[in-house]
Amino acid sequence: MQDIINIFVKSIFIDNMVFAYFLGMCSYLAVSKTVKTSVGLGLAVVFVLGITVPVDYLLNQYVLKPGAMTWLSADLADVDLSFLSFIMFIAVIASMVQLVEMIVEKFTPALYSSLGIFLPLIAVNCAILGGSLFMQEREYASIGQATSFGLGSGIGWFLAIVGIAAIREKLTYSKVPAPLRGLGITFIVTGLMGIAFMSFMGIKL
Amino acid sequence: MSEKEPLFSSKNMKLLTNPLNENNPITVQVLGICSALAVTVKVQPAFVMALSVTAVMAFSNVIISLLRNTIPTRIRIIVQLVIIASLVILVDQLLKAYVYDISKQLSVFVGLIITNCIIMGRLEAFALGNKPWPSLLDGIGNGAGYGIILVIIAVIRELFGSGTIAGFQIIPQSFYDFGYVNNGLMILPPMALVVVGVIIWVQRAKNKDLQES
Repeated sequence: MQDIINIFVKSIFIDNMVFAYFLGMCSYLAVSKTVKTSVGLGLAVVFVLGITVPVDYLLNQYVLKPGAMTWLSADLADVDLSFLSFIMFIAVIASMVQLVEMIVEKFTPALYSSLGIFLPLIAVNCAILGGSLFMQEREYASIGQATSFGLGSGIGWFLAIVGIAAIREKLTYSKVPAPLRGLGITFIVTGLMGIAFMSFMGIKL
Repeated sequence: MSEKEPLFSSKNMKLLTNPLNENNPITVQVLGICSALAVTVKVQPAFVMALSVTAVMAFSNVIISLLRNTIPTRIRIIVQLVIIASLVILVDQLLKAYVYDISKQLSVFVGLIITNCIIMGRLEAFALGNKPWPSLLDGIGNGAGYGIILVIIAVIRELFGSGTIAGFQIIPQSFYDFGYVNNGLMILPPMALVVVGVIIWVQRAKNKDLQES
């Protein structure tokens, strides 16, 4: 249990998707103009990461890993399908996003209309695929760990995008040098936020 | 078609050179930052990454451009993802076979070329509506534009962070004897963002058309 909480906290603050690995930067920069839309996108990312990472974990554990398919028959012990993982993961993500979109549309139309275009766009958000690939590389021991990693990274991403959106809303009132306006200052502010997040380094539960 | 266009007409050359500066994928189109910044601590991995992205982009542009009249519009995203993913698997296997150390350093970022927005963006914006040859040039041009920024960032970060460029000692030992210390901040991930911010600043100060109001 303790390791699960530890992974959760670590993936929110220390291994933050945006500040430590620059994942999901495209939508992070494009959608962070207002706080409202960024909250919507952030929630969608938390949701999709929380589903795809455990699903990809099962896929990795029972199909892709070297010798993973021994539960089918002992002859398959030396089958190594790990080179297929990119294409399998992206397929899982694309179909999961589609599924989530349909479920949300059916049961909570209000949330669906507020997320709008962002739901389908999540399929090509690097943070999602990055979550699955990090999960594979770090070899989490149980599905509980993988799930808490997925949720934690999603929440970290959510915090980052809501934070930068709030700062950008205030920035419209400040006098920024013309060449730095817009994109440039956003990069620098993100860098400063990253340095602030680094103060969490070394926290262990 | 009445007259065949020469292979390197000025229009085609523009496709190749435009992305290097005024239409740069990173600093102007704001695409592909995701997998770009994490690999720029050292010059070598940045260079390998730039080459891989250029290769994937050039080939996927050509393939999509060849298939552009047969792909149904509704499922084009899936088709593009499958083509990109297959090319990335090839690149990943090649890197693992020939430059294993660098492939270990790049870790998940090779896989993340799949969701690199530059590639999807160029496929959508260019390859779906153009012939294979201009698409190839466009792919190489954008890959090079991406690569240049990557290498510039990597040079700055490695020079100030470790005192070397591509592994060679640049700052002489006598500097260190006088008490010069490497700037450890440069190695940390957030500084990549600040360096990109400064590059954008310099570029936009020179090119007033790019400034945002």
